Amino acid sequence: MQGMSIIVKKVSQLITALIFMYGIYIITHGHLTPGGGFAGGAILAGAFILLVLANGSELLKLKQKEEGSSLTESLAILAFLLLATLTLFFGTYVFFNNYLPGGTVGNLISAGIIPIYNIVIGIEVGAALFTIFLALAIYKEEMIK
Amino acid sequence: MYAMIPLFVILPLAAAFLIPVIGRFVNGFQKVTSTTVFLFLSLLSLYFMFARDQVSYSYMIGGWEPVRGIPIAIYFTLDGLTVFMLAIINLIAFFATFYAISYIKRYTAENNFYALLCLMVGGMNGVVMTGDLFNLFVFLEIAVIASYALVAFGVEKNELEASFKYQVLGGIASMLILFGIGMIYWKTKTLNMADVSYILSNTRQDTYLLFTQVIFIAGFGLKAALIPFHAWLPDAHSSAPSPISAMLSGVLIKAVGIYVIIRLFFNMFSLSPQVSTLIIILGTVSMVLGVFLAVGQWDIKRLLAYHSISQMGYVIIGIGIGMLILSNNGSRSIAALSIAGGLFHLVNHAVFKGLLFLNAGAIEYVTGTRNLKEMGGLSNLMPVTYSTSLGASMAISGIPPFNGFFSKLIIILAAISGGFYLLASLAILVSIITLASFLKFQKFSFFGKLRDPGNNNIREVPFFMCFSMVALALLCLGLSLLIFPGIREAVLNPAVDALMNTTAYSSLILK
Amino acid sequence: MNVYLLCFILFLVGLYGVLTRRNVIKIIIGLSFMEFSIFLFLILIGYIEGGAAPILSKTVVTTRFVDPLPQAMVLTAIVIAMAANAMLLAIAVRLYKRYGTFDIRKINELKG
Repeated sequence: MQGMSIIVKKVSQLITALIFMYGIYIITHGHLTPGGGFAGGAILAGAFILLVLANGSELLKLKQKEEGSSLTESLAILAFLLLATLTLFFGTYVFFNNYLPGGTVGNLISAGIIPIYNIVIGIEVGAALFTIFLALAIYKEEMIK
Repeated sequence: MYAMIPLFVILPLAAAFLIPVIGRFVNGFQKVTSTTVFLFLSLLSLYFMFARDQVSYSYMIGGWEPVRGIPIAIYFTLDGLTVFMLAIINLIAFFATFYAISYIKRYTAENNFYALLCLMVGGMNGVVMTGDLFNLFVFLEIAVIASYALVAFGVEKNELEASFKYQVLGGIASMLILFGIGMIYWKTKTLNMADVSYILSNTRQDTYLLFTQVIFIAGFGLKAALIPFHAWLPDAHSSAPSPISAMLSGVLIKAVGIYVIIRLFFNMFSLSPQVSTLIIILGTVSMVLGVFLAVGQWDIKRLLAYHSISQMGYVIIGIGIGMLILSNNGSRSIAALSIAGGLFHLVNHAVFKGLLFLNAGAIEYVTGTRNLKEMGGLSNLMPVTYSTSLGASMAISGIPPFNGFFSKLIIILAAISGGFYLLASLAILVSIITLASFLKFQKFSFFGKLRDPGNNNIREVPFFMCFSMVALALLCLGLSLLIFPGIREAVLNPAVDALMNTTAYSSLILK
Repeated sequence: MNVYLLCFILFLVGLYGVLTRRNVIKIIIGLSFMEFSIFLFLILIGYIEGGAAPILSKTVVTTRFVDPLPQAMVLTAIVIAMAANAMLLAIAVRLYKRYGTFDIRKINELKG
């Protein structure tokens, strides 16, 4: 991929920051408003994909990025699993227990462990969608060669 | 032991995501992790089978207690049938992984192979344990999407085409299943299988429910490759790498197809004669047509794949006769005998078909071909492969000291004493044709003049492959002990009781 | 009732596409049609006339909510369908690389 004109590059760089902030907002407010980990993660992945599409990238760099994002994805899932199994080892023997205090309804820090799950899922989904995009892009580049 | 139940899902999933992270830095991590996980899980399931302190367990995920008697958590249940399936899944997975240590060296990307295998096993363990309809769908998709990728693992023309066909038909099946789940939710406003069963037992069997049941039979029948829905199976099972063929044919079609049909129609829906008759017809057609399609094949793995369809027909017939007798309020002892025969044949088929696919993989590993016309005279050069595949062939065609004989005998006896004389004679006929087909397999591959298509020196396969084949062959002999009283009470009877007592499952959760 | 029938018709349209189209990509589009008809069906069975969005907040003015469970189911099913579609498209790209065509009639080395 060659990348697009300087106008597209500049505008996409400016917009990416806004999209990224919006994704983070959707993820962190997932327990209060519609949205949450998956929707926010998809927006995060969209920000990354916009950057790659506008700037273009060499095949080698794309492959490095794919390794990084798939590693992030695996680590996020492992973090999720660790959070879910933490109480299995000591205490109540309940898988997926909500062991943090609930707080009051409507506050940002409430609902116990659910916001933390949302953040981990957001990272995971963002990384996974970006990995899928990069994998398909790499196939295409290989085919052109 | 109660806290160990979710480990059946947690450990394979954790292994599946640890392998791509650590496996790229530590050499050999993927093999050690996956084999130890499967060995531990098989031992755990055997422990639950022989030494559990309760008849059945129910485990609430998240610890959500029922509200006013209505269950709201997702439940993991562990009764006789579940333990039985878990033991099969994890044992076959362990042997297939052990075999793959030598076999998979030919392919690149070993990390991905082991990660996908762990993911598939985690999904299947989830399918057999969960007590929630939608959760069942999620675990089923985890298992089958991993299997789509594994079928295409070779990325050659045939593998890709088989995987594409498998995915399109599998996608249609998944959508039918989700549609059926939506229909159930619309009617009962709950997804918990025990709660659904309680609500449906108080409603009349009407056209709406019959339509839902037919949708479910079509969906899970596609996953189990019963005959009108079988087109993907021979391609997918013969194109995958051999340990994966053993997993797909030995375990996957049973865990996501047959097991779910059994569980839903015995423990969730009320038994009805129409549906039982439909299931028996599907089973008979698969059993007869499958074997006729298999006779003409010259590719070893396609021959074995068609026999899988035929042998699944036996299992379905055993289960279906039991259902029909129970729904007509017939003799409970004949129904129990028939269901026991079906389940016994299910575990036997997992063992001998797994072994036969591993044998086919060993032959392909050495000679480089799967075509029966191009090989011959391997019996002196490959004694281990020869003797184990002889045992497995005798087991699948029903020769007395092996396990296949006893399970077919039980099914045929139950069919005769239940008055299904046509089915019994068809079962005997199919068994004879199976024997003929496997005589062909033995004759062309192991006897006759030695032929070497690939110009490479033929020798016995490495230790890891031999070990798995010998262990599975010993299991083929050892499983015949299951019909003797003493062992039967510990293994087979709890599974049969879980099905015979159709309300036991719902009373397990709705105390 | 008509709405549910429309969902079923959309499902059949998707099935027709899968069964009759010759192009690999069009088959995948047909599968997506089937998926979305099921999602619509699931959302519709949770709908209650005049119900509010099922969100617990400080100022709850009504107790009449639409059923949140089918919405959660659809969200999960969309994730699964996305994974399955990504897998299918990856296979389709590889198929194109091997065979040089998307025509399913030319991709027929195996006899199912």
